[in-house]
Amino acid sequence: MTMRHEQVETNSALMLLLILAVISVGGLVEIVPLFSINETIEKVEGVRPNTPLEIRGRDIYIREGCYLCHSQMIRPFRDEWLRYGHYSLAAESQYDHPFQWGSKRTGPDLARVGGKYSNQWHVQHMKAPRSVVPQSIMPNYPWLLTNDLDYSDVADRMRALRVTGVPYSLTQQEYDANVKRFGPTVADQLDISKAEDNLLKEARDKNFDGIPGRVTEMDALVAYLQSLGTMVDFTKYDEGYFATFR
Amino acid sequence: MAQSSALPVEQYNFDIVRRFMIVAMIYGVIGMAVGVYIACELAWPFLNFDIPALTFGRLRPVHTSLVIFGFGGSALFATSYYIVQRTCQARLAFPWLAEFTFIGWTGGVALGVLTYMAGFSQGKEYAEFEWPLDLAITVVWVCYILVYVETVRRRSQPHIYVANWFFLAFLLAVALLHIFNNIAVPSALLKSYSVYSGVQDAMIQWWYGHNAVGFFLTAAFLGMMYYFVPKQAGRPVYSYRLSIIHFWALIFLYMWAGGHHLHWTALPDWVSTLSATFSILLLMPSWGGMINGIMTLSGAWDKLRSDPIMLFLITSLSFYGMSTFEGPLMSLKSVNALSHYTDWTIGHVHSGALGWVALVSFGSFYHLMPRLYETRMYSQTLIYVHFWLATIGIVLYITSMWIAGIGQGLMLRSFDDYGNLAYTFIETVEFMHTPYVWRALGGAFFVAGALVMVYNMVMTVRAARIERATLEAKLAAKLAKA
Repeated sequence: MTMRHEQVETNSALMLLLILAVISVGGLVEIVPLFSINETIEKVEGVRPNTPLEIRGRDIYIREGCYLCHSQMIRPFRDEWLRYGHYSLAAESQYDHPFQWGSKRTGPDLARVGGKYSNQWHVQHMKAPRSVVPQSIMPNYPWLLTNDLDYSDVADRMRALRVTGVPYSLTQQEYDANVKRFGPTVADQLDISKAEDNLLKEARDKNFDGIPGRVTEMDALVAYLQSLGTMVDFTKYDEGYFATFR
Repeated sequence: MAQSSALPVEQYNFDIVRRFMIVAMIYGVIGMAVGVYIACELAWPFLNFDIPALTFGRLRPVHTSLVIFGFGGSALFATSYYIVQRTCQARLAFPWLAEFTFIGWTGGVALGVLTYMAGFSQGKEYAEFEWPLDLAITVVWVCYILVYVETVRRRSQPHIYVANWFFLAFLLAVALLHIFNNIAVPSALLKSYSVYSGVQDAMIQWWYGHNAVGFFLTAAFLGMMYYFVPKQAGRPVYSYRLSIIHFWALIFLYMWAGGHHLHWTALPDWVSTLSATFSILLLMPSWGGMINGIMTLSGAWDKLRSDPIMLFLITSLSFYGMSTFEGPLMSLKSVNALSHYTDWTIGHVHSGALGWVALVSFGSFYHLMPRLYETRMYSQTLIYVHFWLATIGIVLYITSMWIAGIGQGLMLRSFDDYGNLAYTFIETVEFMHTPYVWRALGGAFFVAGALVMVYNMVMTVRAARIERATLEAKLAAKLAKA
């Protein structure tokens, strides 16, 4: 052993090559197959890419570092089922660039927070968390209500996401494919050429922040939160179905 | 190695070592102080002050980047540049490239931290730098590799000393991890989207994240240990054979372990199980390193009583052994079901980061100071004071996090007699307040210790300057007489 190792430790090029070989194995075996094994992502209906307003909301979620205290990944345990709902599927974050599963729950999981509280509750909670949950240790985010949402580059953001593989459409062909895959309503939302109009329409129609006539960062963030975990209709699948993918 | 001390100091480039060491201490103190501040925010949320740049979510990456890359990274640059010169008996190659790594690294960290506070983040833990900074870091890293490898190639003896094996593995692995984890498509100057999504992105992120620990915070610091422990003890490394075996085993096994950060998630079970298996195997090479370091002192145990620097180095190895035992334990799926998402993980990280990484760096710096400034440390007593402040701080930190983490984990999974959840989430938050206060106190102890060290270093440098000035004055007087 020592005799043979002598050759390695007297030859820097050989040592570098061996190190590179040794450190590459783990990643090659564990990561590369995740891109090719079909069962990695469950086959399930309803998961769609974010709307332009939700994209901006998600960007604000990342900007404020929400993922450092909130997870978006429910584990298959009884207490998590009771607290948060059905365990998270890989399919549900398939359009998430980057993933936001998180690693720490200083606050509760948000994977299925969508529809759980009213828009008004979210606005109040974000503005002053302790006014609705007295023991909360979350920071106040009052600026989300005072900052107008910058949506000027939302199409650029969608174009970048399109390059990563999210099916936002630029051409008629891509649009038609989306109609087939997601239906016409969703396909319209994924059309990059209509990004700004779609964003403004969603913000005005649903008025998440409760301020009529203004589109604030709060509109975007609440739109995003209200979408979380709502896309898959779990009544359509029996429990055994998803287990076949694990 | 033994002969190198006979060579004149001017033969080596120590200037860059000194500067990286000073920057490491500056970033270290600021980064740790930010850590104490955000720990206080969790105990007393009014400290967020409704100021975006000061909220926990933006300051947390500031803390992690300053301590990992600012403090840890600069400490590694300093010690690796010192060690490679001494063990190869060669001056640092490409001095202008080395100079560039100093400017690039320290400047990159500063810029990165400012962009976080302004709200620019990739949203991946420990890899929050946006794409222009990632590119800059890649360039700096390639230069680092060039300088290091060329210096090794210019060595004046046939063998590459063991410390350098670890540094070489660290250099290559960090390049690999950084590049593959950060591939992203930009939409603006400071906004980009990871090319990977969901489950693949999660696995690549934790392959990166765990090996940032494995190579940045472990392998490289083992390189530091393999030089400074034998030097300070005045004894050879305990077992050459053990160092060969544990080196190759460590760098091979680490790369498989990342998936244990994703137990019970939507990651396929086969990856998660494989990662857990390798995490448990990892105990052996980790303890191989600890044993090799601690046993180097065999026959000179009395140094623990007389030499505070030895105290730092050996205690750091003990914490290394403890956290590399705790790690495999937490990677078991059944334990992870409780520990994941809780403060137990935070405590575990800090027993490694404070106990191992910071203590071994402090010990190495105390060893370096007299050699880099050709003088003695200003105060031995203050080194002891630093040691005890740091140790008490770490113990307070990790015990309070065990209480917070295990406590929260147990509360969240308890049911009443009717099968309903016994506690709401917010009740666990309330419960964690007291341990959060103790944690902040532990962190404050640790920062206080680091400040004592800074004071000791400043006084040492000042004394060295005065000594040199008097010496030069004497010399001038003599010359004038003649």
